[in-house]
Amino acid sequence: MNLKTPLYQSHIDAKAKLVDFFGWQLPIHYGSQIEEHQSVRQAAGVFDVSHMTVIDITGTDAQTWLRSMLTNDVAKLAHNQALYSCLCNEDGGVLDDLIAYKLGDNNFRLVVNAATRDKDIAWLNEHLRDNVTLNVPDANAMLAVQGPQAQAKLAQALSTMGININVAELKRFYAVEQSGWFIGRTGYTGEDGFEVILPAELAPLLFSTLTDLGVRACGLGARDTLRLEAGMCLYGQDLDEDHTPIQSGIAWAVDVSDPKRDFIGRDVLYEQKANGTDVHQVALVLQQRGIMRAGQTVERSGSTIGKVTSGTFSPSLQKSIALARVNKPVVGACDVLIRDKPCAANAVELPFTKLL
Amino acid sequence: MDIPGDLRLASTHEWVRINDDGTVTIGITEHAQEQLGDLVFVETPEVDMQCEPEQAVAVVESVKAASDLYAPISGKIIDTNGALADSPELINDSPYEDGWIFKMQPDDVSEVENLMDPDDYSNMVDSEG
Repeated sequence: MNLKTPLYQSHIDAKAKLVDFFGWQLPIHYGSQIEEHQSVRQAAGVFDVSHMTVIDITGTDAQTWLRSMLTNDVAKLAHNQALYSCLCNEDGGVLDDLIAYKLGDNNFRLVVNAATRDKDIAWLNEHLRDNVTLNVPDANAMLAVQGPQAQAKLAQALSTMGININVAELKRFYAVEQSGWFIGRTGYTGEDGFEVILPAELAPLLFSTLTDLGVRACGLGARDTLRLEAGMCLYGQDLDEDHTPIQSGIAWAVDVSDPKRDFIGRDVLYEQKANGTDVHQVALVLQQRGIMRAGQTVERSGSTIGKVTSGTFSPSLQKSIALARVNKPVVGACDVLIRDKPCAANAVELPFTKLL
Repeated sequence: MDIPGDLRLASTHEWVRINDDGTVTIGITEHAQEQLGDLVFVETPEVDMQCEPEQAVAVVESVKAASDLYAPISGKIIDTNGALADSPELINDSPYEDGWIFKMQPDDVSEVENLMDPDDYSNMVDSEG
């Protein structure tokens, strides 16, 4: 597979280093991943996230059906509001994590991962019922504009392009849809920011308008260190079908406030919410030099208690940070085996950026 | 590709420079640092360690991945670049000078001649696409 986003040429022109990401040709960085990361923390950055999949769900039973499919409850959403949720199997294992927008009483939009696109669509179709229609629009582009200056820069870019959408008034986790543009105030960096879905042919212009305004083009590399510092899970690493959201540090994405709501995975998830589980997510900061990486063993007092699911170097903390899956809650010190050597780590509360 | 003419290079992307005192200095190439991206940690070898060609002796880590460094010839490790502990980015900024990684006392300095010259190395990198 060799899929190109509408911004492919923009990336080439910006001298991006491209990598294959689940079949998509996407920038890993445009020169320096660390500088891109810092730009998002301090000013603003723009990411091509056109590989993400949009699934529109309409019909008179759309809400009822989504309430039965997702762990979080879309009934609590106001119009144009969004929430984070998991899509689980019968055992409570995570099939994907996603953002769900309620655009109207009978009109929802899901944004799901590229890597799980086919699996998600097949699963949703398999469980589809009357009065619910699923539509996967393609040929769109999606850009994420993130950072403390995201609002000011995006507003300026839209005005330059003659697009009359007021992003300053958009509340966090709300979206606005207008003349082929869809802008949600969400992101995957821990900063204020927007995800902009727009007609493919306008994407290169928005990208260049933003970069001309000083917004830094950022690749998948910075996206990964930013999300990990913010304590956000990555599907396929920190989330998978063998573990529930409760075992993966995102119990808050399982809504049990309406006991009458039946949803896939409910029995296991209710049981774990009530009685706990022997698998936990823990956030670690390395206390010495070195870099924690996915797959490394976590030990406590010499015995193995789990594995690192995501590990990297945090440009903000200038230390290695990681998420790990362990079989007992860790408070305080533990060791991570880096090339078979035990290295001292400390369990901390998320997000890592709190330690700044 | 701009590689100083006095260097000899290994297929695993280390460079070797023969110093006036008969010792050799080793680092990674411009191409290697570019592939790795921003370097954030270097595990330098133990001084006094005796090593064989192609033995993994050090590790360079970028944000994205860890990568082994191999001894290009046989000999003893005699020095490491202490500046890399606080500034691993020296390898990105100056791979052939300030970003050197370790020095060896070669068992037989003529082993260096088994390595590639800058042209051969450039051709190898180009053919890898």
